[in-house]
Amino acid sequence: MLGRLSWSAIPLDQPIVMGTCGTIVIVLAGLVTLITVKRWWPYLWREWITSVDHKRIGVMYMVLGLVMLVRGFADALMMRSQLALAAGHALGYLPPEHYDQIFTAHGTIMIFFVAMPFVIGLMNFAMPLQLGVRDVAFPVLNSVSFWLTASGVALVNLSLFVGEFARTGWLAYPPLSELAYSPGVGVDYYLWSLQLSGIGTLLSGINLTTTILKMRAPGMGYLRMPIFCWTALASNLLIVAAFPVLTATFAMLLLDRYCDFHFFTNDLGGNPMMYINLIWIWGHPEVYILILPAFGVFSEVVATFSGKPLFGYRSMVAATMGICVLSFIVWLHHFFTMGAGADVNGFFGIATMVIAVPTGVKVFNWLFTMYGGRVRFTVPVYWTLGFIVTFVIGGMTGVLMAIPPADFVLHNSLFLIAHFHNVAIGGVVFGAMAGYTYWFPKAFGFRLNERLGKAVFWCWFVGFYLAFMPLYALGLMGATRRMQHYPDTHWQPLMLVALAGAVVILIGVALTVVQLAKSIRERRANRDETGDPWNGRTLEWSMPSPPPAWNFSVLPSVEHVDAYWETKREGTLRRVSPGNFGDLHLPRNTPVGIFMAFFAVILGFALIWRIEWLAAAGLVGAVAVALREFWKTDREEAVPAYEVAAFEHANGFAARTLAHIANADTRQAIEPERDRVVVAGGES
Amino acid sequence: MSAGEQALHGFSGVPLALRGPAPAKVVAGFGFWLFLLSDIIMFAALFAAYAVLSDATAGGPAGAGLFEKPRVFLETLCLLSSSVTCGFGTLAMFRADTRATYFWMGITFLLGVCFLTIEGREFASMVAAGAGPSHSAFLSAFFALVGTHGLHVSVGLIWLIIMMLQLKTLGLKPMVTRRLYCFGLFWHALDIVWIGVFTIVYLGAK
Repeated sequence: MLGRLSWSAIPLDQPIVMGTCGTIVIVLAGLVTLITVKRWWPYLWREWITSVDHKRIGVMYMVLGLVMLVRGFADALMMRSQLALAAGHALGYLPPEHYDQIFTAHGTIMIFFVAMPFVIGLMNFAMPLQLGVRDVAFPVLNSVSFWLTASGVALVNLSLFVGEFARTGWLAYPPLSELAYSPGVGVDYYLWSLQLSGIGTLLSGINLTTTILKMRAPGMGYLRMPIFCWTALASNLLIVAAFPVLTATFAMLLLDRYCDFHFFTNDLGGNPMMYINLIWIWGHPEVYILILPAFGVFSEVVATFSGKPLFGYRSMVAATMGICVLSFIVWLHHFFTMGAGADVNGFFGIATMVIAVPTGVKVFNWLFTMYGGRVRFTVPVYWTLGFIVTFVIGGMTGVLMAIPPADFVLHNSLFLIAHFHNVAIGGVVFGAMAGYTYWFPKAFGFRLNERLGKAVFWCWFVGFYLAFMPLYALGLMGATRRMQHYPDTHWQPLMLVALAGAVVILIGVALTVVQLAKSIRERRANRDETGDPWNGRTLEWSMPSPPPAWNFSVLPSVEHVDAYWETKREGTLRRVSPGNFGDLHLPRNTPVGIFMAFFAVILGFALIWRIEWLAAAGLVGAVAVALREFWKTDREEAVPAYEVAAFEHANGFAARTLAHIANADTRQAIEPERDRVVVAGGES
Repeated sequence: MSAGEQALHGFSGVPLALRGPAPAKVVAGFGFWLFLLSDIIMFAALFAAYAVLSDATAGGPAGAGLFEKPRVFLETLCLLSSSVTCGFGTLAMFRADTRATYFWMGITFLLGVCFLTIEGREFASMVAAGAGPSHSAFLSAFFALVGTHGLHVSVGLIWLIIMMLQLKTLGLKPMVTRRLYCFGLFWHALDIVWIGVFTIVYLGAK
């Protein structure tokens, strides 16, 4: 009746797990009570949960990422504290079977449920605004994508309460992940949660690619797109091309585990090495799916706060697309030690080093953008400068490991761990934080607290170096990854420094929450009245903050790369009289996404525990929801022209128009409290 | 759409990339093309796995002794001709000829059922002869690749039934024609994948 599910699936004998579960239940119950008491459910349902507005969905992705960051970071702290203790004869406080679940969950969560939601959230929020469009190509599908990602998150978190998570490492290499060596439900939790969220990611990649290629505002040719949109294009093309490989690879492993197939088993001709090849054919592009949009954020930030056009826009585009292509021919550098031979290893080693060239082009472009500009040292600029320094170091250790003979020594050591955290934190996390701070006022209409923002930055920056520089040294001393204890007590001091670094980052994470709370409390003082708090260059700054559901009352007409900057500078913003507004048609909100996710979670849970009837029910439910949506004919609702006009008037359309038409000097006369901004360094 | 936007769309001198958002029909078709692309990449991974494992028979039967080429040829004829009838159905839909649409799509459906029946019998006879997917890595890869294609055809047939019901209940609304057009793309893409299966799996059997 219940498959493999029984009361023994709940780990009552493990105080750490039960304590965590208890805390989560209390927090969730508190949240539900608060929402119920305050009667926020109708608002949440109407404005967020069923929303198909790309801005709302983008914000929800960011919230999901932040919540999961807390979970993944708790795992990190447990690992660091375990290794700080477990030296010599000490074995620490985490037994191997628990420790193995923690490092697997940490990697899986940080990549799939923190970094991906951050990146996809930023793209969802900012990219349509920058392109000058009213929504993404398929708004309902967008909501489904988000909720499928959330269903993957639900399953991963469920594994904490009911059953266990994989003990295989974050990519679940066979034969360890095969049924013979992992008979429990851990690997099944891993596979089904990633299959569900993977479908969501693929759909979102298709959606955003279509938006960029087919929906841009009139006049926005490819070489007038903001650079963030170019990096989003590259990232989404990579999603479309790489995620199906992940789906197929996981499907093969699932067939091995569920139907006694022999793709990757040790016996009957199975080939575990093939899994490692296939998974990295997805895995290396995945690295660039995450980092390219971060590069885009830094490019926008650097140009905006230097008051200059981005240096070498075209070379930036070429570098982005170059990385996009190269990312597919380097996968083998993750396993030089497999023994593919000198020729093959040589090819992939050189291909890997070649990626340093376009990346170097980007670094120089950012530096030259700042050169000769008057850089305003705001929080996003802090993150950008921290990124440039940190990422260059991480890039160099990457090139070092791209040399196959060196990799034979460093493979699977803590040196590798230090390297990829160096680029993942220094690149993706710093980029996500820069983007979060940069676009926050656009999303909510007020700025984040500047002082606390800088404190958060310094915590992450200092904490990162404290936590990971020791790991480089430890790796060279012979410490391996996924190590639960070690006999050599000489390693312990460095492990303690790494723990201290993790604690500093913890303070940073905590301060992020404090910053958000304080900023919300002081929102009146930090209000963004103009819609253009940073003196921005791209179209998202041309509308009020927060923008209306329809984004643009009148679609902009684009003539330059920095479309909004040029209209401000030349004073050529089109004056639109109320008579020019037309009726708009917006996609109607729909609960199809959350219903779909609900049945997807049931389906996944039933498959994990082998409960056939429940799996059938989940599938039937999901199909029924889809069919209901399929027959819906009134998918749009009209926003009448007078409502659009009323919005524009209520939000100071006249005042904004005045601000737009004025050139830089006049702007200062109108708004004396604003930073003095000069178009420095001339036009390059 | 405002007057200004309409003017922009109508102005033929403007390059395509500068004309602003494309019409819904183009956007839907383009998105579906991207989906097909990703689907074909998923098949590429399965083909790669098949290529790697095709010799890994683990002492069991190999392809040449298992596959009956005349039967597979008949199967191929069914699927390829169903693509032709699907094309006729799409043309009939564009002519707004509902009866012809039903007719051609009905034939497409029947040919699809024939294909699946032949495939099902092949699978069943292989399993009965002790050559099921659990027997060797080669057979695992065979059943996964060909079976995934068969699963796609099955999903296509269910989709076709749904589309016929939509045609019946909703008529030739733009929403319905867009979807039926996408179905056609899907069906043709399955043909392309099948040509790969026929060539690599069946003709290339050792």
